[in-house]
Amino acid sequence: MSCSRRKFLKSTLSGTLAASVPVSALKILSPSESKAATTGTENTRWGFLIDTKKCVGCGMCVKACKNENAVPYDAPVTRTWVERYVVTRDGRTHIDSPNGARDGFTSQKILDQEIRPEEINKTFFVPKLCNQCENPACVQVCPVGATYQTGDGVVLIDRTWCIGCGYCIMACPYGVRFFHPVFKVADKCTFCYHRISKGLPTACVQACPFGARKIGNLMDPDDPVTKIITTERVAVLKDEYGTKPQAFYIGLDMNVR
Amino acid sequence: MVHGAEWTQKTLFVYPNEFIYWSIQIVMYPYMTGLVAGAFVLSSLYHVFGQKDLKEMARFSLVFSLCLLPVAMMPLLLHLQQPFRGINVMFTPHFTSAIAAFGIVFSTYAAIVATEIWFVYRVFFVEQVHALKGKEGFADNFKRILYLVLSLGAFDLSEEAAAKDKRAITIMASIGVPVAGFLHGYAGFIFGSVKANALWMSPLMPVIFIMSAVVSGIALCMLTYIIIMEWKKFKAILARGRGDERVKVIRGVEMEVMSTTSRYLMMFLVAAISLELLDLIFRGYTQMKSWDILRSVMFEEDFVKIFVLQYGLGNLVPFILLLIPGTTIKRLVIALLLVLYGVFMMRWNVVIGGQAFSLSFEGFMHYHLPVIPHNLETFKEGVAGALMVVATPFILFWGINKILPSLTVKEG
Repeated sequence: MSCSRRKFLKSTLSGTLAASVPVSALKILSPSESKAATTGTENTRWGFLIDTKKCVGCGMCVKACKNENAVPYDAPVTRTWVERYVVTRDGRTHIDSPNGARDGFTSQKILDQEIRPEEINKTFFVPKLCNQCENPACVQVCPVGATYQTGDGVVLIDRTWCIGCGYCIMACPYGVRFFHPVFKVADKCTFCYHRISKGLPTACVQACPFGARKIGNLMDPDDPVTKIITTERVAVLKDEYGTKPQAFYIGLDMNVR
Repeated sequence: MVHGAEWTQKTLFVYPNEFIYWSIQIVMYPYMTGLVAGAFVLSSLYHVFGQKDLKEMARFSLVFSLCLLPVAMMPLLLHLQQPFRGINVMFTPHFTSAIAAFGIVFSTYAAIVATEIWFVYRVFFVEQVHALKGKEGFADNFKRILYLVLSLGAFDLSEEAAAKDKRAITIMASIGVPVAGFLHGYAGFIFGSVKANALWMSPLMPVIFIMSAVVSGIALCMLTYIIIMEWKKFKAILARGRGDERVKVIRGVEMEVMSTTSRYLMMFLVAAISLELLDLIFRGYTQMKSWDILRSVMFEEDFVKIFVLQYGLGNLVPFILLLIPGTTIKRLVIALLLVLYGVFMMRWNVVIGGQAFSLSFEGFMHYHLPVIPHNLETFKEGVAGALMVVATPFILFWGINKILPSLTVKEG
């Protein structure tokens, strides 16, 4: 074999470069990524409005969501849930959400603790769901781009591309993400994207008997939801993380976690 | 069954979807990556910084870091819910994600290690090709062809060529040190950049990870070196008797290498502990909103794991053992095992401890490591899976060392 080291290195380098040219021209997009990239929805930005003063913790929203989005009914994970807060006279906050409040709150006991009515200062319910953040930490950390943001601001997950590493679950400050027990990929609330993109309300909004949940287009100044958000005092959860949540709360208490 | 429900036990208020999602394999991942980086740094102390006293150790730790390489990504694959899609990271790397950098950094590092090893062993390959020429038999023929391929056609054995090899080794090792540091530092970055987690969120995380990586890498190389040398000594005693000259030579070499390497080990150990304590003190002093829950995890829930097992048994005891003058091999082995255990506990306390409290700061989650597997998940993310990861580099070393002998002791 007559091959000097210099010649060998030279041909290896040029071979590698030549091989990398056609490869670098490729960009593999998963179907939903390419769809999201080509769908123009500049006039829409979905936002959610939750009125904690109206919520009674009946759990109809949780049930409706599980049915609508095929999240196994008995699995201890859920795309939306309701928390019960009981603040007692001693200043302590007692919180629970049995089964995500799927069956409502049927017991006076909170985390196996009986609280006498005369001890209670205030009590209220807080529904939770994905905040569809403007600056979503989950999208930032997904190593394969399987979780992505659509043009109208909704964060979705491509079930065919997710590798199931759980980094997005760790990155979400709101704890809304989980592993789907059937598909074995990350899952979370999608604002019922399949419904809202057809002009229908989300399953939870439709199921709420008290109008505690509402969804609207934040880009439309005449939208009733937008009107409330822009003219009344609303708050978001865990603002300190800088994710800019798009789920707004009316009457949010300082004890809410 | 929901992923994580099998080993998570919740107390007080925890959000419904919260479980311990990152389990033992994510403890193993930075642990094994750390061993890779540490072993490489140890070999570079000789190749780059000219620490002549580490010559014996350098070649061995370099080959050992090659054996550890494939194992660094094994825990990740075992942890994925969709392991067959792991390759998607290479197809659609998402550059805002710290994990996506893994493929790139890891491949770069693997290429550097492989190249350095090739330059270290090139002369040996060519010598083997010449030595095995004309020999009959399948095994010898196979070996000759293997070395022929490995030599990549570079047969020049002149002094000039050997000097060039040496220069190339130094260059590769010098590039390798920052890349090894980066490989592990970014493993720390994966955790440190998770702003949602109060325990992980710290810019010190990558540095802490690098320091403890070097500590664990050096400790493992020393331990493996001792085991192999003891085995050689034992074989020599069996063959020639206890008083033989060769036994003394092996013992001498072993002790000399060990006492110098343990000095480096202590140095990095001090740096690692100082950084971890700094992080802890800083959190306590600044008392952010999360401090209440962190304090209850550190000083109540996980007190034994953090202060007794990690800092006490894993750091303080081996440090004292190494500090006492007149080191013996037996004492060294105990100290090294404790150091390795301490680093493992540090990974455990970071990964599992970080998930021990709810994002609501109102409740706790306890992790019960699955010991006896009863399905694929409890196998992968249980004791069995972890043991499989630990055993792999040694099996690889056994095979690779046959082709790249890294522990040749000159005949006495």
